Amino acid sequence: MSKAFLIDYEWCTGCHSCEVACQMVNDFPPGQFGVKLSILGPWPYEDDKWIFTNVPFFTEQCTCCAGLETATGQPYCVAHCQAKCLVFGELDELQKQMTAKPSQLLQGVGQR
Amino acid sequence: MPNEGYTMVTHEKPFRYLSGDLKVTRGASWSGPGCHDGCGVLLYTNAEDKLVRVEGDPENPYNQGRLCVRCLALTEAVNHPDRLRYPMKRDPKKRGTEAFERITWSEAYDFIEEKLRYYKDNFGAESVVFWRGTGRDIATYISRFAWSYGSPNLTSGINGIACYAPRVFGCASTSGSFWVGDYSQQFADRYENPQWKPPGTIAIWGNNPLISNSDGLYGHWIIDCMKRGSHLLVVDPKCTWLAAKSALWLQIRPGTDAALAMGLANYMIQEEIYDKEFVDLWCYGFDEFSERVSPYTLEKTSEITWIPPEKIVQAARMIAASDGFALQWGVAVDQTTEALPACQALSALIMITGNLDNPGGMIKPPELLNYLGGWGQEFLPQEQEEKRLGIDKYSFYRTGVVSAAALTVLEAIEKGEPYPMKAAWIQTTDIITGTGPDPQRAKEAFEKLEFIVGVDLFMTATMMALADVLLPAATYPERNGIRVGDGCQRGETINQAADPGECKADMEILLEMGRRFNPEAWPWETVEDMYSYILTDSGLSFAEMQEAAPVFLPYEYHKYKTGKLRRDGQVGFNTLTGRVELYSTMYSRLGLDPLPEFYEPTPSPYSTPELYEEYPLIIITGARDWMYFHSENRRQEHLRALRPEPVVEMHPDTAKKYGLTEGEWVWLEGHRGRAKRIVSLNLGLDPRVVSTSHGWSHPEAGPERLYDTRELNINSLIAWEDMSKIGVGANYKVMLCKIYKVTA
Repeated sequence: MSKAFLIDYEWCTGCHSCEVACQMVNDFPPGQFGVKLSILGPWPYEDDKWIFTNVPFFTEQCTCCAGLETATGQPYCVAHCQAKCLVFGELDELQKQMTAKPSQLLQGVGQR
Repeated sequence: MPNEGYTMVTHEKPFRYLSGDLKVTRGASWSGPGCHDGCGVLLYTNAEDKLVRVEGDPENPYNQGRLCVRCLALTEAVNHPDRLRYPMKRDPKKRGTEAFERITWSEAYDFIEEKLRYYKDNFGAESVVFWRGTGRDIATYISRFAWSYGSPNLTSGINGIACYAPRVFGCASTSGSFWVGDYSQQFADRYENPQWKPPGTIAIWGNNPLISNSDGLYGHWIIDCMKRGSHLLVVDPKCTWLAAKSALWLQIRPGTDAALAMGLANYMIQEEIYDKEFVDLWCYGFDEFSERVSPYTLEKTSEITWIPPEKIVQAARMIAASDGFALQWGVAVDQTTEALPACQALSALIMITGNLDNPGGMIKPPELLNYLGGWGQEFLPQEQEEKRLGIDKYSFYRTGVVSAAALTVLEAIEKGEPYPMKAAWIQTTDIITGTGPDPQRAKEAFEKLEFIVGVDLFMTATMMALADVLLPAATYPERNGIRVGDGCQRGETINQAADPGECKADMEILLEMGRRFNPEAWPWETVEDMYSYILTDSGLSFAEMQEAAPVFLPYEYHKYKTGKLRRDGQVGFNTLTGRVELYSTMYSRLGLDPLPEFYEPTPSPYSTPELYEEYPLIIITGARDWMYFHSENRRQEHLRALRPEPVVEMHPDTAKKYGLTEGEWVWLEGHRGRAKRIVSLNLGLDPRVVSTSHGWSHPEAGPERLYDTRELNINSLIAWEDMSKIGVGANYKVMLCKIYKVTA
């Protein structure tokens, strides 16, 4: 089954918890990321509107924390996401969730 | 079982259990290193009792499994090779050099005891000042030590008590209590609690709560509430992420918050959209208040604050129409020169809209211990209390403020008046790097003292420059403790998981030293006995609390209607008039202005136009980075990698005007000093305003360079004299500067 992360970027505050949780639990040195944040903005548009959007992207170094014993059984990034805007699961299941709220990002990470 | 009214959460496992080869210890975080919060954590240790991993505790309703980067990377602080590992001593003549020699704990305790007895016997206990950092674990115990030793001179070192205290004491003076936004944090079942509802509007005013963490607030509760329907009104000079997501962002001119609040109040009164029933029944002095705010017309308020009149109207209407209004305010209000009348202006907005003691409004935080008031003041003899530095100058310091005035202490050290100062006990605070103004002046003053004890986790600029005896403190995973801090308190224990080596808990050091001077004040065999004593009201001992925590305190809304806010059981608020005082009878009795007021910041384009010609930019300091709590965390390599150097944020037009480009080093120079920063462009700032963070050092620069703090400490731009004439508030936030490239 294909695994995926569903990213509700509306709420991502850019707190970096996903990045550091991943680095610490996987012993990645600084500069290597299983998930890396992109920060867009802030920039203004129209009348008083602002783009300020944060988007985590999962790299090939992501292991989905397979085999790791944790309190929640979730990947470390998902468990610690402060905005609770990350969901990990089966790709087809998350596709259904995305239909309910389309303005999200769904990133498949293959079979890990 | 805890006493009646206390509620618990269900735990699947005991607080210590095994997970594979690792031991897991459940408990709360705090400090150090740490912050003001007390998140639930699971600490993983290996067979050698070394901390190897930190996980958020999903069972703890406070953070619900979430953690920020500082606790996620905690192993890098706890296991860092630079940790202080044993007590050390240095000849005072060799301060500033690496001439420390290792000693044993008993040698250290005996030596300190001998010296502190000498100063007490020959110069009075008041000749020793006790200096701590911002209030966390340490606050409670160091206050008891200072007072039981006999010294009234205890200070957090923040000038004008300008952090949290002005808002707390300001609210307590006018409404009988401090109030915090209601995010359901008082309930074990949180957002599911049937009595609770999300605030209709949350005003994020003068803080960036996603990163900062005062008032017991876990910042991402704001996000939880937004998902449940709360709208944001953000008052900030910068377009923060919350500002970008808000229903309304007011880009305020720094330091003019009180004027905005008075303008909002005036508009609500003129338009009669305030809560008339609440004002009639529960507020005192509405007419005087209305008259005081009446000059703050939309035009005048707009002129002062740089906010367009139509946005002020929008904000006033948003607050007035809100079903539950929470004021999430912060240090930008405390850190104005006259913080008390500014706090009064802002808090009036919750008062005239009736948002006190109500679901989704502002709540009175339940407490086990009055943490800001210190612990054990009864052990300070009255004649010693009368010697507290600042108490003669500032009448407000007799009304619940227990600390000495930091500036008055500094002046006493410098001048030997009103009496000679001889020694200092500096515990887990980095004066030269962190939160004191003009660090060079503070350093030179402390250098005059004959004897200085330091306690810290790492060698810091302050310890290197000043300590004669240096004691190594344990980090929070290496010791037991309880989290009784700001905001809503819970029964929370900090549980030892890792081996501290020779390091000792701050509390253990204070208990050991405390009982040498005043055994009556320190009757406990162990720190755990001491914690049990503090937890008495809960009905649980420390050991029982370790298993049960978190334990939530009894809580109910609308206590002012049932007589439960007042000791005499009468309905109303805990003030002299029984009402919320828009006109403060307490301030009036103390000879202070009984009504809110706005004071133009000094310096500013309007108050010091000549300075503004030479220093043409407004600079705001204290912007928060995700990775750092004040001066902490720069040694944690995964955190440092995310923000390697301090930046000054500015609008691209500002950079262009001064010929600057992204990424280059610049000097920020004010009329009192300068500091180095790297340019970072940000469209979310007014081109007339630049913003930077504080607390910077370069650990890699080494101790004898004081970790480069001389060139990095932004507080070099701030003077100790930039403080309130009534002792409450200091301008840490709003300065003027010019910017130029660093050459060679």
